[in-house]
Amino acid sequence: MLWHALTLQLGYNATLVTLGAMLLGVAAGVTGTFLFLRKRALVSDAISHATLPGVGMAFIIMVALGGDGRSLIGLMLGSAASAWIGLLCIGALTRRTRLAEDAAIGAVLSVFFGIGIVFLTFIQTMSEGRQAGLEGFLLGSTAGMLYSDAMIIAVGGALVLAAVIAFRRPLSAVAFDPEFAASSGLNVPRLDLIMMGLVMAITVVGLKIVGLILIVALLIIPAVTARFWSERVTGVLWVAGVVGGVAGYVGAALSAIAPALPTGPVIVLVLFAMFALSLLFAPARGVLAAVLKHLSFQKRVHIRQGLLALAQGQPIYEKLTLRLLQRAGFARADGVATTDGKARAAKALRDETRWQMARSREEFALAATFYDGLTEIEGVLTRDQINELDRLIGAPRGVPV
Amino acid sequence: MMGEEFVALSLTPILIGTLAAIACALPGNFLLLRRQALIGDAISHVVLPGIVVAFLITGVVAAVPMMLGAAGAAVVAVVMIEAIRRLGKIEPGAAMGVTFTAMFAGGVLLLEQSDTSTVHLDVEHALFGNLESLIWLDATGWSSLWDRDALAYLPVELPRLLAVLIVVALFTWIYWRPLKLSTFDEGFAQSMGIRTGPLGFALVIVAALAAVAAFDAVGSIIVIAMFICPPAAARLMTNSLGAQVAWSVLFATLSAVLGYVFAGYGPIWLGANNAVSAAGMIAAVSGVILAITAVAGPCRSRSGAPAEG
Repeated sequence: MLWHALTLQLGYNATLVTLGAMLLGVAAGVTGTFLFLRKRALVSDAISHATLPGVGMAFIIMVALGGDGRSLIGLMLGSAASAWIGLLCIGALTRRTRLAEDAAIGAVLSVFFGIGIVFLTFIQTMSEGRQAGLEGFLLGSTAGMLYSDAMIIAVGGALVLAAVIAFRRPLSAVAFDPEFAASSGLNVPRLDLIMMGLVMAITVVGLKIVGLILIVALLIIPAVTARFWSERVTGVLWVAGVVGGVAGYVGAALSAIAPALPTGPVIVLVLFAMFALSLLFAPARGVLAAVLKHLSFQKRVHIRQGLLALAQGQPIYEKLTLRLLQRAGFARADGVATTDGKARAAKALRDETRWQMARSREEFALAATFYDGLTEIEGVLTRDQINELDRLIGAPRGVPV
Repeated sequence: MMGEEFVALSLTPILIGTLAAIACALPGNFLLLRRQALIGDAISHVVLPGIVVAFLITGVVAAVPMMLGAAGAAVVAVVMIEAIRRLGKIEPGAAMGVTFTAMFAGGVLLLEQSDTSTVHLDVEHALFGNLESLIWLDATGWSSLWDRDALAYLPVELPRLLAVLIVVALFTWIYWRPLKLSTFDEGFAQSMGIRTGPLGFALVIVAALAAVAAFDAVGSIIVIAMFICPPAAARLMTNSLGAQVAWSVLFATLSAVLGYVFAGYGPIWLGANNAVSAAGMIAAVSGVILAITAVAGPCRSRSGAPAEG
């Protein structure tokens, strides 16, 4: 079953929904990266919660006009309208009053959601509303979807992705450095508006798949995950798009074989699994990489200090140092240096002496800033400079040559 | 509407809604001023997996294990947000978004996978609560308030929320000065010997306690709305913290009472037969109050605030 779902063999509608979810996931990953870089990730949470009154209102209006009320396109239009009003409310609250943006986001999110619930409970009392299935918009449900709805989701996902691709260059310029983008002639407020428009489009198309409570995850988690894998804007955009696409694809396919499960949570947990793997195992910024880096640094410090102790004939009490020296073949278990160890120890002591001289002389001040007790001096100074240092240190005194 | 059935059907839900609203609004004031308003949002989402796990372990829908589970989930969430923020060098808003969506999704899936058909625990109950069902069937009229037998059958949520409100109010009252100092000037508070780190953590825990108690009774929407809307509206009314807390309590009470009345009686006044969601209506009323203060509140703007006198 799982294999059938992942290879798109569960029927035409399920295939359309899965592909639509994948396209939407790619678009959401890329757009979410712009939001994340602009530090406005949680605005999308307010936008998605603010769609609920629109969904309810659209249903009521369509029924009042004698229609079915369940037309996905009508519900989408309604949700887009109320999400837009929510966005305007956030803007008004942050600009006109002294409330911070997080308070405005929370207020709009909870109040619009509350109004939406009032509409939903009202719809449940309508005779047409008993089978409305509007609760599916809260957590997403792709089970038993009509062909027309599946088509809308597939086409909608493709259109949003096309729009994201069309605007990727100016949007990434603004996301990376708004001041520079403005000075190079880009209209930053309008691009911000386009970004919010894309977020809204993703929310509206994603309502049926992910549900409005969790769609914020589809925008935030791919970007945060991608940040572990790349330090460049284009790299982050690519990885975020792939992460979002994979989550949309796998999540929608999985929920096709488990119709009882709401789709949104499945997609979010797939996303979170990818995030957790990145957090732990990403090559440069991951936790494992940081631990390994720390251990190798610790090893270098211990070996260096151990060699200096050997060179000066001091006993080594630190067990870890001794073990590391022994493993590197520089010392025996009783702390006596091997031949190789003696040579390395002498080298380390000479290095340290040269560094001390370099740090005490003004002409080497720049080079002395590289001193950290580990760096070899040959990597910092030229041979001539080292010869100069050796001359300053001088030959052993009081011993006849 | 003030007759016998009012006491039986409406008095306890209104009281419970009011207590829940005030219990959330009190810590909400400090969270708002600390720019942590969305912590309330995050807490109300992560409470769900905590409650579900507590149910799966104990097998019953009981208050104490659920409170513990939810409080545990809140602590896990706070630790996870900090860990993601520090380990991944991710900005706090995004770290919060990752944490609460993932935990909420986990809670929903656990809930859908486990057999909860015998108990009153489902996703919609978690989102909207069920204020209307917290009725006091043994009341026969106002006189029941002095009737010991009837009082024994009060909905258990009422005394529980009262206890939580007392704890929250005591915390606010005892730590008023340290909370105030650390909220407005953390560096100064530290120099006065106040341990701002544990205090901030305690504030989040108290907020979580209020959220859990209120969540159990009224659902997560009221929790988010009451954490943010009354304090935000109060913030636009005054420049003094004491007055702000007083205003926020007033606004929370007003939202709860008016919201319940509009939800229960509004549709009847408009000619419909059925009531609408009280939790949703309470959130909507708090939004209307915030909108009014945003348009007409005396201290609404940044630049035009009255001078400190």
